Amino acid sequence: MEQYISLFIRSVFIENMALSAFLGMCTFLAVSKKVQTALGLGVAVVVVQMITVPVNNLLSTYLLKEGALAWAGMPEIDLSFLGLIVYIGVIAAIVQILEMVLDKFFPALYQALGIFLPLITVNCAILGGSLFMIQREYDFGESIVYGIGSGFGWALAIVALAGIREKMKYSDVPDGLRGLGITFITVGLMALAFMSFNGVQL
Amino acid sequence: MATMAIDVKEIKNVITKPISDNNPIALQILGVCSALAVTTKLETALIMCLALTSVTACSNLLISLIRSQIPSSIRIIAQMTIIASLVIVVDQVLKAYAFETAKQLSVFVGLIITNCIVMGRAEAYAMKNGPINSFFDGIGNGLGYSVILIIVGAVRELFGAGKILGYTILNPVNDGGWYQTNGLLLLPPSAFFIIGLLIWALRTWKPEQVEDAD
Repeated sequence: MEQYISLFIRSVFIENMALSAFLGMCTFLAVSKKVQTALGLGVAVVVVQMITVPVNNLLSTYLLKEGALAWAGMPEIDLSFLGLIVYIGVIAAIVQILEMVLDKFFPALYQALGIFLPLITVNCAILGGSLFMIQREYDFGESIVYGIGSGFGWALAIVALAGIREKMKYSDVPDGLRGLGITFITVGLMALAFMSFNGVQL
Repeated sequence: MATMAIDVKEIKNVITKPISDNNPIALQILGVCSALAVTTKLETALIMCLALTSVTACSNLLISLIRSQIPSSIRIIAQMTIIASLVIVVDQVLKAYAFETAKQLSVFVGLIITNCIVMGRAEAYAMKNGPINSFFDGIGNGLGYSVILIIVGAVRELFGAGKILGYTILNPVNDGGWYQTNGLLLLPPSAFFIIGLLIWALRTWKPEQVEDAD
């Protein structure tokens, strides 16, 4: 249990998807003008990440890894080069299914997330989560915790940035820096702050 | 065959536009993630530029060739499949011929699939234009991305480690030289500051890109 808790803390703070691995930056910068929308997108990312990382873990373990097809009597086959296309396929399919399920059973949530769901397919934090999971060789249990943790960390970061940007509306920023430029510098300062978690040993 | 006619002016336009007037990173907010993570050294940045430019150009070409056959309801998955296949090719080539660099790029080669430049150009340009123009649009946007990456990579490596492409330019104090290296530039957050300042410089030069206050 302890191992899972420390993995969770590590994936939320120390290895924060947005602020230390810099994944999902495009949506991070573009959809962080209001806390409300940032929160919606954050929740959607947590949900999708929670499902796709474990599913990709199972696919990798039982289908793609070297020797993974031993249960089918083909121990010498190594399909790991097909990984990328399989993972992105899974992500696209799960986002699509999630959209249909939400539309049918939770229309209110579907309305709230609406436009963000399809966007998530091309959010690199999602694919990045799966790729890091493969690279670090997490087992199934760890991949569930890592999925939730990394999604939650990303959500935390985008909500924090949206909060800062809402306040920043009242500041007098030089013309050329307004909008994207100053956002970059704000995120840089946030990333510096998050680097202080680096020293934490778990 | 009218669409296949080579329009030199249009090609020149699609190549040069994305470099300063419509830069993918500085104006379209596309492909930012990898720009931050792979620019600690100029060499990794260069390889990444090469990989991204070739994927964007080829995916634009292929998607444009079959654009009238793709039903619009499944176009995202069709585009994804083409892009993912191209990225697998690039990934395998890098692993075969530049293994050390491929190691340093880690997941970022795979992440070209979700790099918004590739997707964005496929959706915004290749679905509407002929294959030749689309191919050059891919090259142009790849170059726009490369310009930013190369500047950031060069600044970080030169002032962070005193080197360019591994050759010592400013002799650092640690090796008995005079240059006090700026360690901050080797840390990831510095990329944000450099790109932020770069955007400021670009928009001072081209004031029409300045955003309206809300």
